[in-house]
Amino acid sequence: MSETVNQPLPSDFPNDPRVPEELRNNVFITTLDKLYNWGRKRSMWPMLFGLACCAIEMIATAASRHDLARFGWELMRASPRQADLMIVAGTVTKKMVPQIVRLYNQMPEPRYVIAMGACATAGGPFKEGYNVVSGIDKFIPVDVYITGCPPRPEALLHSFLKLQEKIEKQSLRTVPWYRPGEDDVIPVPMLGPDLVDMRRAEEIRQKAAAQAQQPVPTQEG
Amino acid sequence: MAEETPRPETQAASAQPSAAKPAPAAKPAAAAPKAGGHGAAKAAPLATLTPDMQQLQQHFGESVIAPAPYVGVLLQDKSRLPEVATYLRDELKYDSVTNLTAVDYIKDGYFEVVYHFQRSTGGEPLTLKVRVPRPQGNDLSEPVPSITPIYAGADFQEREVYDMYGIPFSGHPDLRRILLWEGFYGWPLRKDWHEAYYEGDTKPFDSRWPGGHHQLAEERVPWADNVNYPPGFDPLNFHADPDAGLYDSMAEGVPGLKVVTKNGYGETTTTVLGNGQALAEEEELRTDQIIVNMGPQHPSTHGVLRMVVKLDGETVTDLKLVLGYLHRNHEKIGERNTWLHNIPYTDRLDYIVGMANEWGYVLTVEKMMGIKPTERAEYLRVLMAELTRIQSHFWAIGFLLNDLGAFYTPALYFITERDLILDFFESVTGSRLMCNYFRFGGVSRDLTEAQLAQVKELAFERIPRKIDELEELLTDNEIVKARTIGVGYLPADRSINYSLTGPCLRAAGVPYDIRRVDPYGIYDRFDFEIPVLYGADVYDRYRIRVLEMRESLKIVQQCLQQMEQTKWGDIQAGKKAYNHRVPAGQAYARVETPKGELGFYLVSDGGQNPYRYHIRSSSFINLTSLKEMVVGHKVADAVVILGSLDIVLGEVDR
Repeated sequence: MSETVNQPLPSDFPNDPRVPEELRNNVFITTLDKLYNWGRKRSMWPMLFGLACCAIEMIATAASRHDLARFGWELMRASPRQADLMIVAGTVTKKMVPQIVRLYNQMPEPRYVIAMGACATAGGPFKEGYNVVSGIDKFIPVDVYITGCPPRPEALLHSFLKLQEKIEKQSLRTVPWYRPGEDDVIPVPMLGPDLVDMRRAEEIRQKAAAQAQQPVPTQEG
Repeated sequence: MAEETPRPETQAASAQPSAAKPAPAAKPAAAAPKAGGHGAAKAAPLATLTPDMQQLQQHFGESVIAPAPYVGVLLQDKSRLPEVATYLRDELKYDSVTNLTAVDYIKDGYFEVVYHFQRSTGGEPLTLKVRVPRPQGNDLSEPVPSITPIYAGADFQEREVYDMYGIPFSGHPDLRRILLWEGFYGWPLRKDWHEAYYEGDTKPFDSRWPGGHHQLAEERVPWADNVNYPPGFDPLNFHADPDAGLYDSMAEGVPGLKVVTKNGYGETTTTVLGNGQALAEEEELRTDQIIVNMGPQHPSTHGVLRMVVKLDGETVTDLKLVLGYLHRNHEKIGERNTWLHNIPYTDRLDYIVGMANEWGYVLTVEKMMGIKPTERAEYLRVLMAELTRIQSHFWAIGFLLNDLGAFYTPALYFITERDLILDFFESVTGSRLMCNYFRFGGVSRDLTEAQLAQVKELAFERIPRKIDELEELLTDNEIVKARTIGVGYLPADRSINYSLTGPCLRAAGVPYDIRRVDPYGIYDRFDFEIPVLYGADVYDRYRIRVLEMRESLKIVQQCLQQMEQTKWGDIQAGKKAYNHRVPAGQAYARVETPKGELGFYLVSDGGQNPYRYHIRSSSFINLTSLKEMVVGHKVADAVVILGSLDIVLGEVDR
């Protein structure tokens, strides 16, 4: 509990009569937020889930040289129900994105997402491809982005430390997963003639209807 | 297009895309054929026939088999394709179809389906071409007879051509989209089909940096995203079933297999397939068969593969694969890119073995350009390719053990060694995985003294020791043997018919290795063997990889010794160039990557970009045979058998 040791204690703390003699110098005072976040940030369970090239570097990060276990994050779970961190490691394709959104919805809160590499961030070298999604953040919220194609293991470790910093700053009073009401469920996109983001369904319908009205050129940019 | 380049030859390049531009609209496309072959196609020299092609021509007559432009023969009457294929297989002993693809000659108004037949005893492949007229708009073309009943290895490849070009294959047992999904709008590799972010037919695009400012693709396109919908599309009233047809043939014997699909309002439709009555009633103990979807998110599928298995108890009775979850459109992007642009993309095909992929592409382009790399570059290429083979096999064996249940411990040992090889790659090329090291006519950097010392330490000291250690741990391990011997058996003749290549084929007793059967580079200068084993099971597929690592090490050691005679720094034939022009023509060349035969079929129209860029992927084609290996085994063995094939999804889906 290194962070809390350095906190200034109440000036009369060691001599406070309410503290029994045998507990003096053995009691630490901290906030609930700190304790809670301190526990959480060192016991992340990432989901064992790779998409493409970046997954190879993710495995290399978990292997002995870079040793993810040093950070308490080594327990990769194949089931989204047991994971709190999704590392989107690789190119997100239209065919795969319904599954990714579904996996994200299945993860219990609190949950975090790291977009690993250029593809997961913005489509990367394959952005122009007809089956490639221009970044996973079009569908699920991302906490940390990493650059690189693929990012080195050190870059992935850095993103973990960044995420730890982010977790440290969270407060129980403001985090979204303790707010009243039902959890947000992201509607799973559908595979029709192209990928259909169901949140934009109405807009798509109107635009497509407008296009059908006027004889547009068959191929438009 | 390339206006800023002051060279005179760019005139031809800028003329080519502008000629192609009116083609997308339906009417000019139809008019184009009347104008007669455009430039390159008309002047194309006809291929000289090899003795086998002459025999084919004699047997079927000159009206059926004619020489094709550049390379191969043209089958004039496509309905006789099964007959010709049977003759090739039974009389001429071309026992596998190693590559099958199509090219869209939009200006001439036809699709050309290209077959490369291969003898497992070696030699050049025989190229056979079949033409079908281009249809209007998004319609399917006329069907081409399927050769899947004759060559099982054509199964996935024909489906891919259907998926990309909309050419149906009549008589194919399961013709569905393979990389995309059922219901996708259009046929992506047709030249008049444009992706949502389409900017121009060929790169470099002018608009990438207008007035010195970047422009997001999203701001340019009508949907503000990488999507395109047909006019009048209503996502709320649309019933999507991307898996249509997948379960139909698997439903027999499964009681009430429910297939649930959803529309935009969230309303579901349930179709019940199969009735459970199909199982013979005289069976004493009838068990229900169930269908289980493994993947695309599953720890044992090595990425985003989806296996649909039908289980009787624990025994797999049927298996189908759903691919395309990592379909990154290499081929479409590759046709837009300039020739040089494509080298870093090949790294990302099979991302474990980037260097080996680069060699395949560079070799094909060099074949078309008629250039030869320098001596020093040849040695550097062999060095890199063989180190790649070693690290890939380390990885493959580690993860095969993972699949066997030895979770991570063996893999950790081997990843450590692999990292040392990657360190060497990184110090030479600047990247661990995506090395981008090969160039047309050479390589990008030479080794320093320190790097030489680094690789020598690895090749002569460390890796030989570690391979011994690996064998000590695994080869005689009782559990490994019990789990792998006799599992996933596929005999040699079936393997060949399935177009299986790489270590898996050699573990079935066929000494087929491109380095020997169709040599490239300078492999003839090294003393090494092509290891062959005869078990054709998972155990031998493991052992063959160990043997191959030892042979690769022998090559690396000889390479390092012989390299000393070459001149330092002489790594590029000719001048360094960015803007390559490849003469009009077609070529198919292949290399032996750690996974098998990686081929590139390239068509050039003389411009700055490949007209057709097809990748013959070994992982993809090797998967065709998975069903036959797995059926009859327990579901836990299915995972191991998949591991023994050593697929990488980047190359499967491309």
